[in-house]
Amino acid sequence: MIALKETPQIATMNIDGISVEFTEGETVYEAAQRVQQSIPTLCYDPRLEAFGACRLCVVEVEGIRNPVASCTTKATAGMVVKTKTPAIEKHRKTLLEMVASENRQVDVDPLRGFASQELTSLVVDYDAKTGRFQGKQSGKTNTDDKNPFILRDYDNCISCYRCVRVCAEQEGDFAINVMNRGFETQIITEFGNDLRDSSCTFCGQCVQTCPTGALADMKALRAADKPGEIKKTRSICPYCGVGCSVDILSKGDSIVGVQPAMDGPANEGALCIKGQFAFDFVQHDDRLKKPLIRRDDGELHECEWEEALDFTAAGFKAVREEHDRHAIYGIASGRAPHEAAYTMQKFIRAGFGTNQIDNCSRA
Amino acid sequence: MSNPLADMEKPDVIFAIGTNMTECHPVAATRLKKAIANNAKLIVVDPRRIRLAEMADVYLPIRVGSDVALLLAMAHVIQREGLLNKAFMEERTTDAEAFLEHIKEFTPEWAAEITEVPAKDIEQAAIWYGEAERGSIFYTLGITEHICGVDNVQSLCNLALMTGHIGREGTGVNPMRGQNNIQGAGDCGAVPGNFPGFQACNDPASVEKFSKLYQTPIDAGKGITKVTALNECGKSIRAMIIDGENTVVSDPDRKHCEHALKSLDLLVVIDIFRTETADLADVVFPATSWGETDGVCTNTERRVQRLRAAVPAVGEAKPDWWIVSEIAKRMGVPGFEYDSAKEVFNELCSISPIYNGLDWDRIDKSEYQWPVPDKDHPGTPMLHEGEFKNGRGVFKVLGYRDPAEVIDDEFPIWLTTGRRLQAYHTRTQTGRSAGIDYLLPEELLEIHPDDAVALNLADGDTCKLSSRRGSLEIKVKTTDQSPRGTVFASFSFADVPINILTGSGYDPVTETAELKVCAVRVETLA
Ligand code: SF4
Ligand code: SF4
Ligand code: FES
Repeated sequence: MIALKETPQIATMNIDGISVEFTEGETVYEAAQRVQQSIPTLCYDPRLEAFGACRLCVVEVEGIRNPVASCTTKATAGMVVKTKTPAIEKHRKTLLEMVASENRQVDVDPLRGFASQELTSLVVDYDAKTGRFQGKQSGKTNTDDKNPFILRDYDNCISCYRCVRVCAEQEGDFAINVMNRGFETQIITEFGNDLRDSSCTFCGQCVQTCPTGALADMKALRAADKPGEIKKTRSICPYCGVGCSVDILSKGDSIVGVQPAMDGPANEGALCIKGQFAFDFVQHDDRLKKPLIRRDDGELHECEWEEALDFTAAGFKAVREEHDRHAIYGIASGRAPHEAAYTMQKFIRAGFGTNQIDNCSRA
Repeated sequence: MSNPLADMEKPDVIFAIGTNMTECHPVAATRLKKAIANNAKLIVVDPRRIRLAEMADVYLPIRVGSDVALLLAMAHVIQREGLLNKAFMEERTTDAEAFLEHIKEFTPEWAAEITEVPAKDIEQAAIWYGEAERGSIFYTLGITEHICGVDNVQSLCNLALMTGHIGREGTGVNPMRGQNNIQGAGDCGAVPGNFPGFQACNDPASVEKFSKLYQTPIDAGKGITKVTALNECGKSIRAMIIDGENTVVSDPDRKHCEHALKSLDLLVVIDIFRTETADLADVVFPATSWGETDGVCTNTERRVQRLRAAVPAVGEAKPDWWIVSEIAKRMGVPGFEYDSAKEVFNELCSISPIYNGLDWDRIDKSEYQWPVPDKDHPGTPMLHEGEFKNGRGVFKVLGYRDPAEVIDDEFPIWLTTGRRLQAYHTRTQTGRSAGIDYLLPEELLEIHPDDAVALNLADGDTCKLSSRRGSLEIKVKTTDQSPRGTVFASFSFADVPINILTGSGYDPVTETAELKVCAVRVETLA
């Protein structure tokens, strides 16, 4: 039997002169975050096992000669840490310059994914010139994958493995893996197939964790040329009962994409293909735009609200008078919000004094 | 669910029955995968070799509709092996004696005959669940969409009560809800037996309370269910208002349903698309969609969350609550002078004991799981902790019944239905989202390769699929996900209306349709 974790011990350390309490098992990075000492990262995603690949998060620890990666180093009692010495900042800048110059494109559209701006913003923050290491570029684009959801633009890959790790650790799908090393590194599916032919479920999590936009949301990118700022609106996925939190991305009056909410209590940054990619029904041409009413020719025709509402009210009244109040029945939706279901049941109960109301859960 | 979603990472034994979670609730499934990665044992019961089955430590491919037999035998083994949690039973349950006596006759060997799985696998499943520190049960429509849906659920509860796997972290009896706000529709009282907040329609105090609140004397006692109402259309039921449901495609027995709706004097439909059901209506109102509507929904773990409008509504579409209120006002019904979704929700909170501690602003951050009885209450992530709502957990004595329809010479194959990852219900939404077709272009009948050979069918052939209620043509896909003798299809595609075949029976208590089982015949096209 697996025992649940015991309540861990609290101890103290020092970060940039600030005394910090931490719980046993926490990393230096996590402790530093809590006191707002920002440490730059690239291969780090708080939901994943720390990986220690990019070395951007290195810090100096008193008594240890070489800088250590704060994302993999556990905090210990009495530890004294410096996160921003000139030497460390210089090291970071050089690292960023190398990474940036290997990449075909550093400035990528934020529609590519949730984390797609991480590299871009660091390069700007550190004023890391991209020309210095001009030369060989890593990775390889697999743009011939015909799937309509995920762009695989490996020219921008920096081998942080966040996609591979999120797929394995969060999604549990193991659809993608890493082949070769160094400049030859490539993220591939089993047998190098298209994603459709792998165990990929198109959950989009690899897209959202990619810090360079090498993996990108192709549906959102359709709106790349649309003018206007990207607005994010926090909501809940319209599909199943898990109730994943999402940010709806819109430009002007158009919904252009969806990103998972990393702090959503039900999903903690995860989504499935429906929540991630099936949003464009909202503004589909087939949407009903005006009320419809059946006319003498037996067909439904568009009409004005007044007419439809008056007709309906009169129709219910007539049925109540000709038959009785029990002859009217309401079916509420399991997809519309509370307010829809609440008013519907109130309409039946207050309007007819009956309990002739149900919802669609029985089928 | 009795337990929160986060708890899904904590059991040491997971018992998943009748739930194709990786396809229907994928994000919840990722949590189970974490528990499994952490060495939890996984028991999977499903007629089809679904993805979850591939990950299982023991997989029981039971014959469709034989769940109760399996669960009785598991209870039998738990008792026989001395795995009863006596302290829990003593303290928190009643009617144990009769139950323990009853299960003595249901041996694994007996159940093996009915369920068609080996007795030793039934024993293994029972022992693991019985021995678990934290055993957790998960189920969905594979349990409820049967004529014995209530018995199935009750049988699962019996197992949890015997072993005390309830009311603690990482345990529980956890149904996964299929639609984003199906839980909410119940919370709001859109059911024939309950007012908002599960205040019963046959409780005189509640009847009085709502008659007063709604300024109309309301009947004491339940209304009829939707299933009965559809049977009564054109008879005692003359007018219907349907919100956001494509009844004709999603309900069992399509012909019957169409006929019923056509025989009404008045059919009013509120929806975002002109669905097959809207096509039968006298009036159709355009509702605002997700992404355009402010509102509230409740998820499967009873978490009350805010939906927010990101863009203005298309055309002249209006929120559902506004449409219903306008109709009500025009009929002179009092109490529909709402100006916003917020007002509607706050009224609900004020009259629902499980929402009393909530209001529009308090749920802004998705922090609360109901019940939240007052403003100082932190919410209730876990139900049944320390105490059941109605006192003690009651053991129910029940027996196995065959499905409403069983296979015979004329209809020798079982059909079971379900959902697919890439499609949602009748595809009114996913079918209109770009790219989904690349992964799921059409409906396919899944059939075991051996059965296909015997029937002279190959991958991609179109076959004729018939039941006692109708027949249709559908393309065949061979897969060993389907057991021999059972075929599978989803009801997602309107051009392959599987629901003209289903609908053989209903659970007598909930009137849930037996969508998971019917007897069919598969033939090559003449
Ligand atoms: S979309 Fe999901 S399943 Fe597919 S490779 Fe990315 S993380 Fe893995
Ligand atoms: S993203 Fe997928 S798992 Fe999450 S609520 Fe939506 S449909 Fe359910
Ligand atoms: S973030 Fe620590 S090594 Fe990359």
